[in-house]
Amino acid sequence: MPRNPEIKKVLVIGSGPIVIGQAAEFDYAGTQACRSLKEEGVEVVLLNSNPATIMTDKDIADEVYIEPLTVEVLERLIETTKPDSVLPTLGGQAGLNLAMELADSGFLETHQVRLIGTTPETIKKAEDRQEFKDTMEKIGEPCAASLVVHDVEAGVAFADEIGYPVVLRPAYTLGGSGGGIAKNEEELVEILQNGLRLSRVGEVLVERCIAGWKEIEYEVMRDGNGNVITVCNMENIDPVGVHTGDSIVVAPSQTLGDKEYQMLRSAALNIIDELQITGGCNVQFALHPENFEYCVIEVNPRVSRSSALASKATGYPIAKVAAKIALGYTLDEIPNAITGKTYASFEPMLDYCVVKLPRLPFDKFISAKRTLTTQMKATGEVMSICTSFEGALMKAIRSLEQHVDSLLSMDFSGQTDEELVERLHRVDDRRIYVIAEALRRGISYDVIHEITRIDKWFIDKIAILTEMEGRLKTEPLTGELLAEAKRMEFPDAVIGRLTERAEREIKYLRDKYDIHVAFKMVDTCAAEFAAETPYYYSCFGSENEAVGEKTRKKVLVLGSGPIRIGQGIEFDFCSVHSTWAFAEAGYETIIINNNPETVSTDFDIADKLYFEPLTPEDVENVVELEKPDGAVVQFGGQTAIGLTEALLKMGVPIFGTSARDVDAAEDRELFDRILEECCIPRPAGHTVYTCEEAIAAANELGYPVLVRPSYVLGGQGMQIAINDQDVTEFIGVINRIAQEHPILVDKYLRGKEIEVDAVCDGEEVLIPGIMEHIERAGIHSGDSISVYPAMSLADRTKRVIEEYTRRLARALHVRGLINIQFIVSNDEVYVIEVNPRSSRTVPYISKVTGIPIVKLATQVMIGKAIKELGFAPGLQPEADYVAVKMPVFSFEKIRGADIGLGPEMKSTGECLGIADTFNEALYKAFLGAGIRLPRTKKMIITVKDADKLEAADIARRFEALGYKIYATKGTAKVLNEKGVKAIRTGKLEQESPNLLDLILEHDIDLVIDTPNQGAAKSHDGFVIRRNAIETGVNVLTAIDTARALVTSLENREEGLTLIDIATVRSRGAYAGGSV
Amino acid sequence: MKAFLILEDGTVFSGTAIGSPREIISEIVFNTSMTGYLEVLTDPSYAGQAVVMTYPLIGNYGICHEDMESDRPWADGFLVRELSRMPSNFRSRDTIQHFLLEHDIPGIAGIDTRALTKLLRERGTMNGMITTREYSSLEEILPKIREYTPGNVVERVTCREKHVLMGDGFRVALMDFGAKRNIARSLNQRGCQVTVYPAYTKAEEILADEPDGIMLSNGPGDPKECTEIITELKKLYRTDIPTFAICLGHQLMALATGADTYKLKYGHRGGNHPVKDLETGRVYISSQNHGYVVDETSLDESVARPAFVNVNDGTNEGLSYVGKNLFTVQFHPEACPGPRDSAYLFDRFLKMMEVRKHA
Repeated sequence: MPRNPEIKKVLVIGSGPIVIGQAAEFDYAGTQACRSLKEEGVEVVLLNSNPATIMTDKDIADEVYIEPLTVEVLERLIETTKPDSVLPTLGGQAGLNLAMELADSGFLETHQVRLIGTTPETIKKAEDRQEFKDTMEKIGEPCAASLVVHDVEAGVAFADEIGYPVVLRPAYTLGGSGGGIAKNEEELVEILQNGLRLSRVGEVLVERCIAGWKEIEYEVMRDGNGNVITVCNMENIDPVGVHTGDSIVVAPSQTLGDKEYQMLRSAALNIIDELQITGGCNVQFALHPENFEYCVIEVNPRVSRSSALASKATGYPIAKVAAKIALGYTLDEIPNAITGKTYASFEPMLDYCVVKLPRLPFDKFISAKRTLTTQMKATGEVMSICTSFEGALMKAIRSLEQHVDSLLSMDFSGQTDEELVERLHRVDDRRIYVIAEALRRGISYDVIHEITRIDKWFIDKIAILTEMEGRLKTEPLTGELLAEAKRMEFPDAVIGRLTERAEREIKYLRDKYDIHVAFKMVDTCAAEFAAETPYYYSCFGSENEAVGEKTRKKVLVLGSGPIRIGQGIEFDFCSVHSTWAFAEAGYETIIINNNPETVSTDFDIADKLYFEPLTPEDVENVVELEKPDGAVVQFGGQTAIGLTEALLKMGVPIFGTSARDVDAAEDRELFDRILEECCIPRPAGHTVYTCEEAIAAANELGYPVLVRPSYVLGGQGMQIAINDQDVTEFIGVINRIAQEHPILVDKYLRGKEIEVDAVCDGEEVLIPGIMEHIERAGIHSGDSISVYPAMSLADRTKRVIEEYTRRLARALHVRGLINIQFIVSNDEVYVIEVNPRSSRTVPYISKVTGIPIVKLATQVMIGKAIKELGFAPGLQPEADYVAVKMPVFSFEKIRGADIGLGPEMKSTGECLGIADTFNEALYKAFLGAGIRLPRTKKMIITVKDADKLEAADIARRFEALGYKIYATKGTAKVLNEKGVKAIRTGKLEQESPNLLDLILEHDIDLVIDTPNQGAAKSHDGFVIRRNAIETGVNVLTAIDTARALVTSLENREEGLTLIDIATVRSRGAYAGGSV
Repeated sequence: MKAFLILEDGTVFSGTAIGSPREIISEIVFNTSMTGYLEVLTDPSYAGQAVVMTYPLIGNYGICHEDMESDRPWADGFLVRELSRMPSNFRSRDTIQHFLLEHDIPGIAGIDTRALTKLLRERGTMNGMITTREYSSLEEILPKIREYTPGNVVERVTCREKHVLMGDGFRVALMDFGAKRNIARSLNQRGCQVTVYPAYTKAEEILADEPDGIMLSNGPGDPKECTEIITELKKLYRTDIPTFAICLGHQLMALATGADTYKLKYGHRGGNHPVKDLETGRVYISSQNHGYVVDETSLDESVARPAFVNVNDGTNEGLSYVGKNLFTVQFHPEACPGPRDSAYLFDRFLKMMEVRKHA
């Protein structure tokens, strides 16, 4: 079937800000799909509120709207841009829900817009619990006994009937928000109440608990002609009970025979056929480990995190093919881009093993519960490929960048056997290390399997690894043993530790025994056909098939690894743009990265892709083969920067700013000297190594002080200390993480925080714009609301900032990007941090100014001057509109995490509001972040003393908007004194109705709760904030955010103006400039 | 113990000996299925060939005897990258290591199967020797390796005696050229009573039993070597008994009706090949195992027309015979291993028998 000629203009809906359960995978899918549509001559309109994405580039779509994902915006956009079709299946659950609302309301029909990809009927059948169940029953596909309930009583009654434990799944939520397993009535009531509230339609599925069964997924595709194929199947090592996003997943399935494999495959195809899906779909099954019984757990009628994983695991571009199918093509008409010879109507065959590990945020949320449940908690993931499972697992572990490089990295050797067995019952992120320790102790496979329900095949594989540890410790390191250890992907460093040798010695021995890495190709077809796409993974003991021959200059671009808080999708944006810029400049580009969710690991971004861990040893293997002319580390976040030293040792030059200058920015003494030379003030501070030194420094500076480790990203470990006890505690925390670098203690200044990204060619500096934070200093820049252009700065101050930027960039000999954070306090400009590399704000400032910063930085790195690139140096003229970047958090997903904002970053994503006025931009940004107020017009205010006066002013404004205000004793007193009617309400321990009761009654819109700084955080405050978050109440923990919100609500306007970001042009560019 | 695979072009792969220490010469072919190694080993179509599995982890779920496609393994040898030391599956009763030993089949583990597969893809299917001897000079053995041909393997694999698999529906005569069990099982499951005939049974004998339908099975080797069988098929062709043929049966019927076959460079062996039904335009993912194929250019349009085509390389995957109750496919609707998407063809066969019965 050729493509439908009636489809000329398609609106693609993105997934919005990155939150847990909806991450970079949708940027990957959306970008691939948009390119696939444009390839067919279709005009693409894109809607996504997330400015850090590649899909919102003007090169990707024809019209780009970075606007809130709301029904109103979507309707407005359809009216103004007049697409003939909407493609909603690429934007995750958010996009799908939005499109469904428009379909339900009849808006699409009225405007003669069709949903392509999959029809509303199909989406309903798959997403609506009851309809899904009925459909499955009709075609004889079993589901676990279940009932859809709309109230708690019905849930309790049904659970009594089928018996505990039961699983609860709210309908229409992301990443299983609000779901869980209840073992008794008490737990059931708690989870169910919450789930009913979170569900868009107020319904929750209560079902028979099949925890402990094998969890198997199939990624399937279907075209309009009814042709169906399976792209990949995957087996979760963690049995049913752990969200697949938090599970260790292997592809293809390992413990299924052909009978089980084909039984589930046929079931998946039956289902997709019955649902009449056109495009990609994910089907999850639970398979009884001891017979052929199975249940369909869930169907996602869209691309998903799993489909991104399946695409990267097999090389089959699911989103690209899904987009072509949406246009009407059939699978046998779509060429397989990897082989260039065959067609999309085949099933990929793997000749390797793929392991995915989740990247969990417990290093950021120390107080959070580490238990893994059906509610996803991972912020990102890593994938690895090897010819053996052992090798793939080892590679995945060291890809995580969580100070782990083997199964020995989490030490449980101090536990007794009984404690270990007890620990096996805990389903958390450390379980695999506990299993390894149990195996070292000789605890039997049976015992481990009985408790964990993990298949013995996987337990045996872990045992093979622990046995190898033992052999390395006890046996002479022969060539044979070393070869075997390398075949299992033991890093040289680990072999060194186990054999009491230096890492370099292991490398020397490898050379001596001729043990070399080989690169194999991911070709979708297990070598049956010659492939054209150079997508490689490494293994040992094999023949190499990657050719390192050199025809042009070569650049190695280091990716940023898994998405985590503090290092998100923005670095992938930068890596990809840099890769494109190098390609344009005639370079052969090589990417190393291990994140399956990203655009950078798509098969056609770089000339060559190495899907590998980002450790010095793994990078060196690629370097030895490819011999690049240089490497780029500026764009890959801390991951890439961390590899600089290793690259230099390998003899690879670094493009752009030299490593010495990067160090100078991080090394306190060197940096102080530079600031002094440049006559730039900074808050007083000291570099210390011990707790005693830190306390002495703090007392000399005077509290409050900022305590932080050097060389970190996202403010990890950064805290504001108000007394000696705080300092002692924080230093303890910092030293718990392996810390080779000194600790910084700075005077904490409470002023306006300003941020600048700039490009420097060593001489001239180009500053696209100055961004101002709404929250005063003390809150991590990634968690602050950022406004461009800076609204409250005097011109004189702007000139000072421009000048300081120029001086610093020159002094640090920056070639490429630099990010500087300033504090403006009493009209004085201080520098607080300089990072000579790309930052989180680069994609956003590029888009709102129309200046392609990464491209410019890349060109500068290879020797071009800014003036040659069509731009006048200096601070660029301000744009005609205002852009507000708003952080977005995923607190409701992480039980037990403290949501109070501070110097350590906690947000998972961001969205943008862009408009002609500040107020409208701010309102859009709040909307985009999901803050839709007012609803009940009731709020709680409880603030620390320092904020009380400002809180009174804010409260008055809320009151004027019709808000009823509840406040705790101290806060209420001040508010009442200032003439604001505030109802005094008891804290937690006080009698009802206290604050908690109010929150749990779901009658509160908003909580403003500013916690005290320092370690002595009130337990009450924590409980209030947690409960508010978990009941879906908006909570603001900074007084400045609260003021911004009230301002936005006061100026709320009905008709929003939508701005096509693709038409934004830099006003500073020369006419006819080369960029 | 070390073991070697010596290919006819002189390439040597080394690994660890598994199974029997016996030295063998065979035709080396690769299979890309990720599951179903036991079905592959016991598929009689592999007689005269040694199989390389491209999926690197083999033996994970052990040996589940009920998955065997015949009563013994037929492959001459088995070449894998890694054998699981501890299979895990609720049905597993044995390890592949022990199974190979028991049936005296040699093999090698630890081979770079991808490198080997690429070689076979680029140079075409080759003969090879699996041995645990270290030859100092290849010159003396290479001619011997090159000389090898599988010969008339159908004779080896077909059943010795006619036997009946009971059923209360249509009576189907199954000509066993090396039939996989699931062909008869698929018919049985649809109620058919299946009478299995040795490959060299005369057409007259079959026709005398007055079957409702005739099923020609898969089997090993070069179809052109089966001259006696082709002679009998010519007679069956002249009847109007509904006939369905798979793989070798398909090739033999084509030869019996004047078409030609040729050997593919490296064959189709795996569970992911797309075949298109030319009548409906639908594409099915099929299980495949064939080294020979019917030459479409040799078809007499008035006798047979292409019914299925391979989407990957455009080779013939099935024929429908003009004016006859006869259709044949190159792929394996009986699956095992592989996708069951084309099982509907057995229903089509039943329909043909039904139509004829009511005619």
